[in-house]
Amino acid sequence: MGEETAFSVTDQVEINPLYMFRWEEAQDAYVLLYPEGIVKLNETAGEILHHCSQSSSVGDLIKKMKTHYAASDPATAEKVEDGVYKFLEVSHAKGWIRRKT
Amino acid sequence: MPKAGSGVKLDGQGQPLWLCLELTYRCPLQCPWCSNPVDFADYSDELTTEEWKRVLREGRELGALQLGFTGGEPLIRKDLEELVDYANGLGYYTNLITSGMGLTEERLLDLKKAGLKQIQLSIQSCDSNVTNELVGTDAHDKKLAVAKLIKKHDFPMVLNVPVVRQNVDLVPGILKMAEELKVEFLEFANVQYYNWALLNRKELIPTKEQLDRAEAAVNETRARVGDDMTIYFVIPDYYDGKPKACMNGWGNIHLTVAPDGSGLPCQECRVLKDVEYNSVRDHSLAWIWHESPAFNLYRGQDWMKEPCKTCDEKEQDFGGCRCQSYLLTGDATNTDPACSRSPFHNLVEETVKEANAPNRIYQPLVMRRANRSENTAVSG
Repeated sequence: MGEETAFSVTDQVEINPLYMFRWEEAQDAYVLLYPEGIVKLNETAGEILHHCSQSSSVGDLIKKMKTHYAASDPATAEKVEDGVYKFLEVSHAKGWIRRKT
Repeated sequence: MPKAGSGVKLDGQGQPLWLCLELTYRCPLQCPWCSNPVDFADYSDELTTEEWKRVLREGRELGALQLGFTGGEPLIRKDLEELVDYANGLGYYTNLITSGMGLTEERLLDLKKAGLKQIQLSIQSCDSNVTNELVGTDAHDKKLAVAKLIKKHDFPMVLNVPVVRQNVDLVPGILKMAEELKVEFLEFANVQYYNWALLNRKELIPTKEQLDRAEAAVNETRARVGDDMTIYFVIPDYYDGKPKACMNGWGNIHLTVAPDGSGLPCQECRVLKDVEYNSVRDHSLAWIWHESPAFNLYRGQDWMKEPCKTCDEKEQDFGGCRCQSYLLTGDATNTDPACSRSPFHNLVEETVKEANAPNRIYQPLVMRRANRSENTAVSG
């Protein structure tokens, strides 16, 4: 991961159209489906991608995640923000998400 | 089918996450490594459209997510579009695994409309003479045209190249071809030796030198193209000393339904001649998955013998492949002889040694043909 892949609040991200993201009742989890592959997401990862697809920017996504986790105090809010950035970086490296162009 | 290189490592929590429908064993090609049974012509009583739809419904109820339409050549079935449409409506991620033969633009558009998500197209080389000779018919140019159509209509595509001695030296050219086609996934699938491939093993198995050169070319391309194309290339188990984590374990996440309705833990397992596989014509898919003797036979670890039983890698490789153990040692509960810890590993080592010998005697390939079924089944 080089510096050029770090996300900023103004970035617009979307789920890579190669991947199908959806809630799967039988797994009780969000899943990513792609050619010949399945990723079952843990609760946090699933929530981030779920909100990601409904957010206008990374900043907006962070705001939504803070609301989702009721992060009212600064320490929790910072933890949520760090968590989102970290997950976006990993998801980007895995090809699950991309910058909107 | 879950591929060794795709990084799929899943606990199905008792659910068959992958459902693979072999719609037919019929195929216009004659590939000498075909995974279909050598007596494939004996299974001509294919499930009807309505029977396949019931399989699809029951599979979804069991928790299946990924769905492969395969064969034979699934395009031979005129109801493919109808089945894709039905499966899509049920919420499957639909994959078509095809030779491309018979895929017109009109059918491609119909499949798109039906909700098909991705296409895995096989191609055997970048050289039409090599491809045509390997598949026993004039196919290369048609396959290339189909590849372009698939990209034109914006399907994600896995280009699947079965790797054998006869095409492995063309890997650099195949890489270039895939780049030009702009495929997202290129999979070099080292042929595995069951059924037709086992009959032809001596002729098909590449040498170590060939594989090393191919892998170097793959790595060079990977470094250059980065994320634009994902390339799968896994050293075959015969050379690795480690068995493949076959099907992620028997009856663990994978369920195949054969053209005649037999529920199979994998596409090759009819080679286990003593095992009776139940049909969806007589039983529900849930019964076949949960209750049938065949699916419980090698599920979990209770069946394991030494060295698997006390091996620290049994959670990762599940003791390898039951079919390979059976075919090479006569007992499916033996450790896969591809494993360097297997007491039968010498069988694999000898085959490899023979394949790499400088003065090999060449034999003609046994092509997949219905009228060969009888004599090849006997000699195999």
